[in-house]
Parts: sequence; C-alpha cells; structure tokens
Amino acid sequence: MIRGMKAGLLAAASLAFAGCTATSGEVETASSKPAAEKADKPVKVDKDPYPSTYKGYPTRLTVVKGVTIFDGEGGRIDNGAIVMSSGKVDRIGGPDMELPTDADVIDGTGKFLTPGVIDIHSHLGDYPSPSVDAHSDGNEATSPTTPEVWSEHSVWPQDPGFSRALANGGVTSLQVLPGSANLMGGRSITLKNVPSRTVQGMKFPGAPYGLKMACGENPKRVYGAKGRMPSTRMGNFAVNRQTWAKAVAYKKKLDDGKAVDRDLAMETLAGVLSGEILVHNHCYRADEMALVIDMSKEFGYKVSTFHHAVESYKIADILAKEGICSAMWADWWGFKMEAYDSVKENVPLVYKAGACTIVHSDDANQIQRLNQEAAKARAAGHRMGIDVSDEQAWTWLSYNPAKALGIADKTGSLKPGKMADVVLWNGNPFSVYSRPEKVWIDGAMLYDAMDPKRRPVSDFELGQPGEGDVK
Amino acid sequence: MIRAPNLITHFRLSRAKSRDASAGASVSRLRSTQAGLGGALVAALALASAASAQDIAIVNAKLVIGDGSAPIDGGTVVVRGGKVVAAGAGVPVPGGIERVDAGGRWVTPGIVAAFSRVGLTEVDAVNGTNDRSASKSRFSAGLDIAPALNPMGSPVAVNRADGVTRAIVAPGASGSLFAGQGAVVDLADDNDMVTRPRALQFVAFGEDGSAKAGGSRAALFLLFREQLLAARSYARNPATLAEWGSDALIQRADADALVRVIDGTTPLFVRVDRATDILNVIKLKTEFPALKLVLVGATEGWLVANDIAAARVPVLVSPLTDLPSSFEQLGATQSNAGRLAAAGVSVSVGVFDDDDAHKMGYATQYAGNLVALTKLPGASGLSWDQAFAAISSAPARAVGMDASIGSLRPGRVGDVVIWDDDPLELGSRPAMLWIDGKRQSLVTRQDRLRDRYANPAEGVLPKAYDR
Repeated sequence: MIRGMKAGLLAAASLAFAGCTATSGEVETASSKPAAEKADKPVKVDKDPYPSTYKGYPTRLTVVKGVTIFDGEGGRIDNGAIVMSSGKVDRIGGPDMELPTDADVIDGTGKFLTPGVIDIHSHLGDYPSPSVDAHSDGNEATSPTTPEVWSEHSVWPQDPGFSRALANGGVTSLQVLPGSANLMGGRSITLKNVPSRTVQGMKFPGAPYGLKMACGENPKRVYGAKGRMPSTRMGNFAVNRQTWAKAVAYKKKLDDGKAVDRDLAMETLAGVLSGEILVHNHCYRADEMALVIDMSKEFGYKVSTFHHAVESYKIADILAKEGICSAMWADWWGFKMEAYDSVKENVPLVYKAGACTIVHSDDANQIQRLNQEAAKARAAGHRMGIDVSDEQAWTWLSYNPAKALGIADKTGSLKPGKMADVVLWNGNPFSVYSRPEKVWIDGAMLYDAMDPKRRPVSDFELGQPGEGDVK
Repeated sequence: MIRAPNLITHFRLSRAKSRDASAGASVSRLRSTQAGLGGALVAALALASAASAQDIAIVNAKLVIGDGSAPIDGGTVVVRGGKVVAAGAGVPVPGGIERVDAGGRWVTPGIVAAFSRVGLTEVDAVNGTNDRSASKSRFSAGLDIAPALNPMGSPVAVNRADGVTRAIVAPGASGSLFAGQGAVVDLADDNDMVTRPRALQFVAFGEDGSAKAGGSRAALFLLFREQLLAARSYARNPATLAEWGSDALIQRADADALVRVIDGTTPLFVRVDRATDILNVIKLKTEFPALKLVLVGATEGWLVANDIAAARVPVLVSPLTDLPSSFEQLGATQSNAGRLAAAGVSVSVGVFDDDDAHKMGYATQYAGNLVALTKLPGASGLSWDQAFAAISSAPARAVGMDASIGSLRPGRVGDVVIWDDDPLELGSRPAMLWIDGKRQSLVTRQDRLRDRYANPAEGVLPKAYDR
C-alpha cells in the first residue's frame, strides 16, 4: 500500500515523462545492441548474468533438543530434536532420536523451533531505510510496462531493515519486488536474509526470477495522472494484452530458432511464457483476479500468486481450482478503495477452501512480526469455526511461500537435506510474548538474542546513535 | 515521506446496521465531559446520559483497573448512570441491577487510542471521505476537527469491535505550522462522537514542521514563537490583529486557539523525534511556562529520557518503530518505551507510524510486544500492568482527562470490555463491550462480508441476495 502511494508521489514529480508514448518496454535497451548482432544465428543469451556469490557462512554441528517443532509442512513434534550439519537439516525427530555426541547442544525446553519465515513480498533494499528520495528505487514509473528492469539492480544491501527482519522476525529468505506503479513492474529477486557487501552475496542460489505485475488502482492512477494510458481498469487490461501479444510473437521467433534483436523486456516475458519466471500479481479485488486468470489463459502463462489479495475470500473456490496462491495481510484495510472489503477472516477462509495460503508483509515493520499476523488470522478463523493448528498455520509462513517462489525443494520446511534455515523462538511464536532467540541460515547462526556480537549492524548504522543496540 | 500516506486521505458509506438489539435504540447520547463544555449544557447532557445508560454489575472477572495495578481475580465492576461506581474485589452488587457473569474472563476499561485519526477518514485514498488535513485552508491553529468527525463511518465500528472505546484524535496538517485542534471522542454506535472538543492542539516539529515553516528548523522555531507572541498580543489587545492586516501571521480564530495553548488550557501535542529537537521543544517552556506539552513519537526519546522526565512531559510513542526511517529517527528502537518508563516518564502507546485511523486495535498487540521485550536480554519493555495502562489511563492522563476516562476507578465513564482472552494476546477480541454504560454492537461491515462469503460458491441466487 505504502509503496503504491509512494508511486503516486513519485509519478507526480515525473511529469517530464508524460510525453512518452510507448506502451511497452521499448526503451534504449531494445535497440542499443549493435546491428551486427542481428545475424542469422540467434544470439546466445546468458540467463544468469549477475550470478549469486552466496556460499553460506561457517556452521557447527548443532543439536536443539527438548523443543517443540513445527516442521513447516504441517507436522509437529513435541519434545523434539533437530540435528543441523554442514548447513543442512540432517534430521528431526522425537525424544528417542539418536543424537551426535560431538555437537553443540542447545536445550530447547519451553521453546519452539520452526523453519525460518519467508516473506514473499518485501521492498527491503529497493525502498530502504532511511526513506529518502535518493534511495527510493522501487518503481520505474516512467512506463506502465517495464519488464526489462530487475529489482536486484535497485537493492541496497545496507538497508538496516534486513537486520530487523532477521532479529525480530526470524525471516531467513525474502522476495524483493519492484513496486506497483506499473502493470509490469519488472523482475523480482529472492534473497537469503544475510548481510553482504553486494546483492549477489544475498541472492538465493537457484531461485527462479519472478515478474511483478499490478492490477487496479495504482497503474491507472499513476499513468492516468500523466495523461497517458492506462487511466482505467480497461486500459490496464488493454496495455497488458497488447504487451503479452507482442511477447507471444517474440517467443515464437525464439522457439522457431529465428534471429531477434535482444529485447530485455521481451526476454522477461518470454521467460514467463516458458514457465521459467513466476508471476507475482499485486491484485486486491476478486473480480479483477478472475479477469487476470482469463488473461493468463489467453496468452499461455500462469499466475503463481496474487499479492495483497484482500478479496481472495470471495473467490477462494476459484483460486483453489486454479492452483493460485494468495499472499495476504491479516487485517490491513481501508487505506484505498480496493482495500475496502478486507475481512479479518480472509486468510483462514482461503485456507479452508483448500487454496494456497500465504501471509506476507509488503512492509519493513510488519516483516518483523509475520508470525503475529498469522496468529491474528488464525484467531479470527477460530471465532468463525475454522480451527487451524499451530503447525498447520506455520505453512502460511514458510512452506507455502517457498512453493510460490519455486524454492520449496531447498527450504521452507525441516525435511532432511534441506537448507538449515531455522528459528528458535523463546516461546510459542503465535504468542505476542515470544521472540526469536536464535536464527540459523544455512546452518550458520546469524542472530543470537543472548549474544550482542551475533547482531548484524549495517554500514549505515555504524557510528550512528543506537549502533548495535537492541532494535 | 514515510508518513505521507497518513496525511493523504478519507470516505462515505451507509454503515451496516447492527443486528445487536441491545445497541439498536440509538438515543442521542450524552457525554460525561467535565471541564470541556459550559456548565448548564453539561448538566443537561449528564442527565440525558444517565437516562440512556444501563446500570450493570460485571462479576467473576479477571479485573484490570487500567491504572497500572495488577489484575484482580474474582473482581467486580459496578456501573451506574453511565459511570463506574465501584471496581475491585469484594465489591457488593447492588440489588435490582443487571448482573453479568464474566466467567473468570478478563475485564478491562476500554482501550484509549492515544493518537489517532479515527472518525476523520473512511478510505484514505478517496479524498471526499478524508478530513484529516486542510493544507489549503487559510486557517491553522483555529481549525477544529469536531464537525468533521463521522461516527457512522465503518472505522468507528471496526475499532470498537477491537476494544477501543475512546480516542484522542488529532488533525493531520494545515497549510501552516499548527495543524489545529483535536478532540477526545468515543466510539459508540450513535450520532455524536465528541467527548471533549478542542482537547488538544497539534503541531509537527522536526522535518515535517520545518518544511511547513519554510525549510529549516530555524524557521520552524521562529515561526512557532512569533505565532504564539502574536496570539498573546492579540489577547491583550484584539485590535492589534486588525492593525497587522494582511501582514498578520495568523487569523483571529488561530489566535483564539493559540491563546488557550499559551495559558495551558489546551495541551499542545508535538510530533518530534530527534533527540536534539526534543530538548529544544522542552525548552519552549522557559518562555511559555504554562504550556502543557505532550510529545508524540519521540523516537529518540530514550537518548534524552532524563530530560523528558525532569520536565514532567508525557510521551505518546509508536512503540515498535525501530527503523531509521529518517535522519531524525536514527536511534529508533523498540526499547524506547521501556527506557522512557524506567526514567520516570509517563508513556502511552499509540498506533500512528502506520495506519492511524483503521487499525487502532493494534494498540493491544503493540502493548503486548512491549511485555515480550522484558524477556529479551538487553532490551527494555513494560510489565503487563504498565503496558495495559499505556493504552488506557496513560493517554487519558496525557490529555488531562484521567479523572473521567481511561480506567475503572470510581467516577470514570462506564467503558468496560469483557475479552475472550488476555487482551494483549494476539487475536483476542471483546466478547461484550459497553461505552458510557451502554452495551455496544460488535458487528461490523466486515463481519457481514465474511458471513456472505463463508462459502464462496454461488447459491441458487447470486450473493447479492444473501444477507
């Protein structure tokens, strides 16, 4: 929501671009390559030109025992134990499970252990703190379709928000998306929540790219205010469809082995059409989601997840049938017209319908307590007779977002062999009185509430009031 | 920039009518204001209030008075004529009044939203519904939000269903430095929200105020001082305003309002975050000693906690603000509230660095988070009892109304909530709620939508026929 509003403010300040007439991403990128490359043979495109350099930090053979475990896939073990070895979950089990004798052993009595929280919707890094214009890099609000931009090129790794999400929220992975000013805002990036000098040092190895799309009020407001298309919801769809039609033609050329000029926008959309890039679609209203589903079928792509889906409860049956996830807040509402029909039971109603259910933040503050948001949603469901166990509700925070991001084979639950992205909570994480005590990412302890030295401090906060403070 | 969304805004919609019969007969209600209104009128209102309120005794409660004292098991609270007459253990239940058995559940005073815009906006981004700010008005301090408040708006019902019974409501901004006069309101299901009009004056210092004043903190402090001095001159000789003519810094209505700020009649709520700005704001009391300052935000307050305590200035914090969102919030930490309280500052918990109109119910969650901090090494938080007081009696005290609202001590308004669980725990909701001794509906427009779509599939007829 805030990003959207910010988009509006930015748009107002960039009227200079109002004269542009392009409806798709034909900017310099499309024609900037020398004509010589337009040879007979298709150009070989490197699909990973900014590869992840993340390797994982030093680990120790670690055991947490006597702890209550939510495994992330709906399982629960009381008085359980976990063995983490070489950055992986080695095994989890009950009190009878055999444990190594040479491990660091942590007594988890009275505590809870979960997979790390995965926030599928964040702007950490591309709208960082401090919130100054110089750092506001989330919306390329100069054209309604910019699939050629990549959010990783905007991420500032020194955003102090990453450390808050780690220490207060137990967030171990997150998707950083472009904002919602544009119908097609650009590629998203999935990060491990580790401090790094470079964004490449945070990139989740092997995670697919996403394409951020946006329905509704924001694109039509931003571009309508500039006197250009789209200024209506029908304009939103027209621009989208025209762009998809072009992408289908572009992809056909590629599939036919024909030579094409490199077009970064079309490369992204062709990646969506071939299923390599996942669509993350900001969309509040149920009727618009239903139209987007038809549009996706018209052009042959699939929507992974509707984000901010405050009206998913109205079409939860359709979303279940289509296999589309909903990423939702617990109770945000009323800040704009398309958020007016929010209900506190949205999350549990989607869950009850058997549709993929995710709790997300879109916010540098709420990313610090997604467990609390899930708890509120769960309580609202309980009041209307939808009972969701703690361990089931945890799927909203780790396994489901991992599936929607295409990384569920690597993280999101505590299955043996997966990344040891793990949080030890000092009480039940669905209680307001609980906090992360320790957080491991790929088996490396990167936060410890008991040890001020295991508390990351970004360059920005070094030498400032409150450096290294509890936050 | 980060707070810009809060300044935009607002709406209209005929509210879903309550199905709760006990709240149906919406007599125009009565307020138990003390000092705020003139004498005869207050007396008449008080009589009417007594007539429409229920006399009620809630027994077998885990009773929270709201003044920072510990919960009382097996407690009783008695409300007569819209006011609390007794609360505690071993309180006798008078004969002939309605008796409600709380069954051992938590019973508390209603939450007091410490700093909000509830009633001023329905949908923030729909301008016609948004009465927060008046940046194009020729008036500033004289603006009075009372006629802008809409008790029929859905945010009133939604916040009430979350346990909020009273709110301190401030205007967002005017075209000049002072934003105008806020009010203390109730969230009852009737046609009149105002408990005390003109209960506060609001001004933003720091970056926002500097921008309003011309671009620097120097301009801000000078404009503040000159506007107060102009108001004082006007008070001594009303003709001066006419003499100044078009050069006047303020309008007559602004001067009237600022005179009440100077003499301490109206508390001055100051949004301020940077430690040095806080110190400079406190120093304003040297020149204007009667000012009743209340700090709003005070993100870096912990850095100057002893100075704030020594000046006996209460603070309203948005307690989970822990990011350096601006250069005036570099020291942000969730331990701010705990450290201020430990230094002896009166701390209230508000919900205003995010959505300050729709989600007042976050107050309980935020207060609960402060309790969680007490278990974290190196962090500072509040005890449960302190935390609850920070969302009930402390804001009442900050606005000078703790004798009438914010706790269940005798003489306070009969704003009582029976909760389904620990009120600071996630997802707890009121099971029953009274305002001024009147039972309130807890049904919202959102509940109606939920019920309509409990099964999303279409029936024989479209959903539009399902209600």
